[in-house]
Amino acid sequence: MKYDIAIIGAGVVGTSIAYNLIPYDVSVLLLDKNNDVAMGATRANSAIIHAGYDPKPGTLMAKLNVEGNRLCEYLCYKLDVPFRRCGSLVLAFSEEEKATLEELLDRGIKNSVPDIRILGRDELRAMEPGVSEEAVAALYAPSAAIVNPWELCLAQAEVFVRNDGNLFLNAEVTAISENKDPSASSRYTIESTLNTFEADTIILACGIQADTVHGLVAVPDFKIVPTRGEYFLLDKSEGNRVDHVIFQCPNEKGKGVLVAPTVHGNLICGPTSEVLKDDIEDTATTSRKLSEIKEKAARSVNNISWRDNVRNFSGIRANSTEDDFIIREIPGKKGIFEAAGIKSPGLASSPAIGRYVVDLLKRSGVSLCPKEDITEPNGDRYPSYSLGRNKVHFRDMSNSERETLVKRDPAYGRIVCRCEGVTEGEIRDALESPIPPTTLDGVKRRVGTGMGRCQGGFCGPRVVEMLLSYRKEELEKLSSMPLSDDDAKMFSGSLTKKDFPLRPDELHLLIRQDANGSNLFFPREQESDPAVAESTTTSQEVDV
Amino acid sequence: MRNYDIVVIGGGPAGLAAAKSAAENGCRSILLIERDTKLGGILNQCIHNGFGLAHFGEELTGPEYAHRAIEELKRDAPGVEILLDTFVADFSTERKELNLETAEYESRKVNTIYAMNNKDGYFEITAKAVILAMGCREKARGALAIPGTRPAGVMTAGLAQHYVNIDGYMVGRKVVILGSGDIGLIMARRMVLEGAKVLACIEIAPQPGGLARNITQCLQDYGIPLYLRQTVTAIHGKDRLTGITVSEVDEKYTPIPGTEREIECDTLLLSCGLIPENELSRKAGISINPKTGGPFSSDVHETSKPGIFACGNVLHVHDLADNVTKEAIEAGKAAALYVSGAVSSTSEQAIKDPKVFPGKVVKPIDPVTAAALALGGDSAASDKASYTTGSGTSVSGSGAAESGTADAGKAVRRMTCIICPRGCDLCVTLGENPVVSGNSCPRGEEYAINEITHPMRTLTTTIRVRREDGTLGRISVKSKDEIPKEEIRDLAAKIHHTILTGPVSVGDEVLPGVLATSST
Repeated sequence: MKYDIAIIGAGVVGTSIAYNLIPYDVSVLLLDKNNDVAMGATRANSAIIHAGYDPKPGTLMAKLNVEGNRLCEYLCYKLDVPFRRCGSLVLAFSEEEKATLEELLDRGIKNSVPDIRILGRDELRAMEPGVSEEAVAALYAPSAAIVNPWELCLAQAEVFVRNDGNLFLNAEVTAISENKDPSASSRYTIESTLNTFEADTIILACGIQADTVHGLVAVPDFKIVPTRGEYFLLDKSEGNRVDHVIFQCPNEKGKGVLVAPTVHGNLICGPTSEVLKDDIEDTATTSRKLSEIKEKAARSVNNISWRDNVRNFSGIRANSTEDDFIIREIPGKKGIFEAAGIKSPGLASSPAIGRYVVDLLKRSGVSLCPKEDITEPNGDRYPSYSLGRNKVHFRDMSNSERETLVKRDPAYGRIVCRCEGVTEGEIRDALESPIPPTTLDGVKRRVGTGMGRCQGGFCGPRVVEMLLSYRKEELEKLSSMPLSDDDAKMFSGSLTKKDFPLRPDELHLLIRQDANGSNLFFPREQESDPAVAESTTTSQEVDV
Repeated sequence: MRNYDIVVIGGGPAGLAAAKSAAENGCRSILLIERDTKLGGILNQCIHNGFGLAHFGEELTGPEYAHRAIEELKRDAPGVEILLDTFVADFSTERKELNLETAEYESRKVNTIYAMNNKDGYFEITAKAVILAMGCREKARGALAIPGTRPAGVMTAGLAQHYVNIDGYMVGRKVVILGSGDIGLIMARRMVLEGAKVLACIEIAPQPGGLARNITQCLQDYGIPLYLRQTVTAIHGKDRLTGITVSEVDEKYTPIPGTEREIECDTLLLSCGLIPENELSRKAGISINPKTGGPFSSDVHETSKPGIFACGNVLHVHDLADNVTKEAIEAGKAAALYVSGAVSSTSEQAIKDPKVFPGKVVKPIDPVTAAALALGGDSAASDKASYTTGSGTSVSGSGAAESGTADAGKAVRRMTCIICPRGCDLCVTLGENPVVSGNSCPRGEEYAINEITHPMRTLTTTIRVRREDGTLGRISVKSKDEIPKEEIRDLAAKIHHTILTGPVSVGDEVLPGVLATSST
């Protein structure tokens, strides 16, 4: 399969690049090793669109952060992604820390962060009554915002796919080779666990794997330092504890933790920071770090009720040995580009990174012609692509809007997830979307089922049922086809070839909680089916 | 907009009894709203027996209890309207209405329910009185803040119960239960009968959370050890759960460093408490009692808002469905009287002098019994593991089946009576004519004698049924009579290898000695 441009990695950076390539007349391939998009750092982070006073003035990071922040609001509006410009406050607890605020303010001004200023004790208290009495001043950045990070990524990927973009999941890249033969149809060949692809231009956006994948092409001149951050996510009953993103001053003890509302209405506290050495994908949480969050967060915000914890999680940031983002054409490898070391504020910068990379491609001689408009026979012209997306958010609707919607489509009249108020119609929409979810968590990321206080205790079985019915055809095909061990592993996680063929009433065995291999159910060894000849024990059928 | 005198939210045991009671007390206009496609609530997945002794005077399984309650409602209160598959999205005690004279919206005190289903759409219902009967939910992993990874295989016991009993899915092979609440204990036995290994039940408190009889019939009968004063301090495994770390805790329930041990397992079921489901009550501005998690209420179960009553697990978490029914009957009556104007609101009492619910009676457990429980082992095996206490009394390795020497010099065996939820501590003096003490009723004596000669149990499980279209469904069944304890697993296996054909009703004898407890 041959493409003009291949993007490796479907996190928020890779999809932003793919999204920004939609207007151009090129065939684009987007690959990811996981079974869904947004499965790396994009899935688990603070969900904050930083204002941009943190990066050192003059760096690429400073420029892209502030630009990304500016672009993000309209992008989210277009893509129907939850976004709220709530502003951020960096608290100072001492005169010393006040000096740090001055430094940050100075950087912010140099980076062109809009309307940034320092608040005194009273103004701070008036603006954010929830903060600790010990805070003496704060740096206020009104442009800071919160967002749903995985949906920002998913939405761009969906629009990319809808505009004939080619997305392949479960495709881990194992080799990239240059086709030396001048008559070869394309410059590079990409081997993956799914298939072999060809492309003239390759863009690496591989997050914490950036140095490893770079290594398939050339010896990397940087190293990724995977850094794990742990979080608390508290119930909506705690969501109003603060209105702004509350940061602490970085000091000799570290960066401090943030307390912030989320676009879902919860409260998030974290992250810690710990460099991972052995397993760079180890997203465990630890009691030591969780207590550290509690202790530090209590310093900023009063009366956080830790009893109302909904979930602990950790995310892995792609820190690197470089101070700045590494976005370039790899030296000596014509046509291979990379966006590496995209650490915090990577999420905030991502809308600008996508644009920047497209610009970089043009500057480096990659031919990018705008797609031609479609002309109707009557002479009307309209663009051949569309960059927007809409979805139903039942729980945010007014009573009369709900009434109208349910009348139009009764599927929205049935609530499946009661904690988050998600309807059957919304789950159906997700299952019929351009990138349909294949796991329970995939559904959760798209519509929010199981994200609430009961964590899927009530809606789990119903979501499994819907996943099964929507994937029935595919699953039936899978369960009856002769599969090699590798195929079986790829499609069904930890099941192996001997688990096939499955009985029609056993298709649920293919339903997974999340990524690779985490099957939810086991075969019932005690029950055999007389219809299956090779069953070891014979069942009998009894007429009642 | 629809108007009713009383709207009952929730069609579990509380809602069913409240609606019936309200009708029997003269209310003619009652609507019962249930979220699920059938009535009965959580009883439908509680296929075990132990229900109904107090209210129906006989031992029933959950589905049978629900079936009876539904039949009674339909028979005795045929006027009650029932809306199934309908979700209450919002609830308010006020309603904005347009004043035609001033042309402005005014807030009027009317109980307004915003409900939705896929037949009638999104609609408003007003009611003179509302009975809240939404039940409760389980504490999930987040509330416990257990560190570690987030693999598949960690779920609440009630969710596992749904998957296993309703959907027929096997949720694990090597299972550990965290928390010794009743659902956890019941699921421990259930998983064993489904062919899983249940390695341990771990409880942070110094005594079990569930009923004493469930310790006996769910853990000890199957040799499942119960570890007290311990908790799970880490969860391992990237995709599927591979194991857990368990630590001992001190008096403040803080894990003691250095006491960690690893247990290899693929499933962790959480049974760590229930929380009344009061999201709607909060939306309506009803005051919630932080102690119970349910609304502050008067003696007749009226909340802080006049005309809003609450009963069942939404009010406070009950041990027994029978007690839920009893409370719901009182609430239904009170709501009917309130609507008729016969009595005035007691909502002020709910705030000033709220009804106090007795906390759970916790029986302290002595260290010897605790040690015995940790050994698991059913009563037969426990004879091999005897302990000597300081007083010289030897106690076998099972809390419910302690044998030893009494002061009189005769051998005794101690056990927990499992006949009713009271769970009397029985003491049998062994000999040619065994003497039973500690029982509160004759059934206790009979149980104790049986227990030392030929222990008997009731089996409850599920069986597959082939529907007319050829697909497989599942119903719950129980053994018609008690059967010898050692035959439980054989009968379970036999049932699991059988597929029924044709429609089945509750009470049908589907196999010799096996009764259906739910219908197709």
